[in-house]
Amino acid sequence: MDNKRTTTKIQELTYELKIKEVMSKNVETVGSKMPVSHLRDILYNKRISGIPIVNDNNLVGLISIEDFIKCLEHNEMDALVEDKMTKNVKTLYADEPLVHAVMKFEKYGFGRFPVISRKDKKLVGIITKSDIIKGVLKKLETAYHDEEERRYRASHIFNDVIADEIFFKFQYYVEGKNFDKAGEAATGLKKTLYRLGLSPEIVRRAAISTYEAEINIVAFTKGGRITAYLEPHQIRIVITDKGPGIPDIEKALQPGFSTAPGWVRELGFGAGMGLPNIKKFADKMTLKSTVEKGTRLVIIIKLSDYRNED
Amino acid sequence: MKIMEIKEILEAEVLTGEYDPETEIEIGCSSDLMSEILAFGKPGAILLTSLTNIQVINTANVSDIKVVCFVMGKIPDENIINLARKNDVIVFITKLTTFESCGRLYKNGLKSCSYFNLDK
Repeated sequence: MDNKRTTTKIQELTYELKIKEVMSKNVETVGSKMPVSHLRDILYNKRISGIPIVNDNNLVGLISIEDFIKCLEHNEMDALVEDKMTKNVKTLYADEPLVHAVMKFEKYGFGRFPVISRKDKKLVGIITKSDIIKGVLKKLETAYHDEEERRYRASHIFNDVIADEIFFKFQYYVEGKNFDKAGEAATGLKKTLYRLGLSPEIVRRAAISTYEAEINIVAFTKGGRITAYLEPHQIRIVITDKGPGIPDIEKALQPGFSTAPGWVRELGFGAGMGLPNIKKFADKMTLKSTVEKGTRLVIIIKLSDYRNED
Repeated sequence: MKIMEIKEILEAEVLTGEYDPETEIEIGCSSDLMSEILAFGKPGAILLTSLTNIQVINTANVSDIKVVCFVMGKIPDENIINLARKNDVIVFITKLTTFESCGRLYKNGLKSCSYFNLDK
């Protein structure tokens, strides 16, 4: 039933994966001045169906098991490899997407393609159809595991805890006027939420809005705290400080309006975009402030992940 | 555009050590106002700026920006580089001006942030 989607995913992977990621790197090679008889042991012992012929790591030809059998039939075991090999070998570059290999296999019907580096054209590997299948499966497996792990972590935190009301609290203290430390709360929260398995987009929105709020605490107040609550359906971030407060909230929310001192502007902030930015990235934002007493900002970011699971 | 192509176009130097030169960067943004970057920057982008303080790295980090390029030959402090390394942000420096850096990348096909919808 999911056939169409699976095909698309695999096609996508063939564009994503590079040939060098799936090719075999330890290639058996033979020099062009060797007698054909020399190939017997390699073909037999290594169970391979074709050997690239190289001189000084430069690919000069290829001998397949079919070529070898022909020599056997004609009793030419003493002939030199260079006289019996296929000379104009079709190759692939290591940095090409896997889909190019797929297309070449379809076009020529060969069993293998030597892989060379784009820079110096030296042989770096060999690719067969089974390498492609293995590579794609491996990538699918990793992607599946990552997704599984992410979902597991995020959903199970709440499933494993039994309580009437659940939230996880992360508390950060922010120093006023200390620009060297500004950003530590936001980046700390970002890492934490990411590790808990929330989707990158949600984490990014939470991190950016927290960061803007953190910059405000550092730029305008003596210090404050950021408390993030991870709840089953949302992240609630509460930012409080002890003043000086915002005299005109409506004005403060206007893009471009700023009361930031010069030193804040020199650092790349104070352009009157902080609060509008927070509003942009939050699903809901409430701002309350009393002059001289302090400001309380609440940012809500909904977890669409969980919304869908209801 | 591959990160190594960007490096070549900008004649840039890498300050953060090892990185995957094949990483694809599709979008660029530039400003010395970090709030603008926070508002319009896109995940996976490169940020060009002539502002050199630690908040540039924090901005890149919370916005999921992969590469920060300091322009006009400005060299950031060691603590900036260290923070970037810690957060997997790649740091470039170039002697080119902001205008020239952006112009070269744009000419070579790097898209602007506004190319994408300005949604949340």
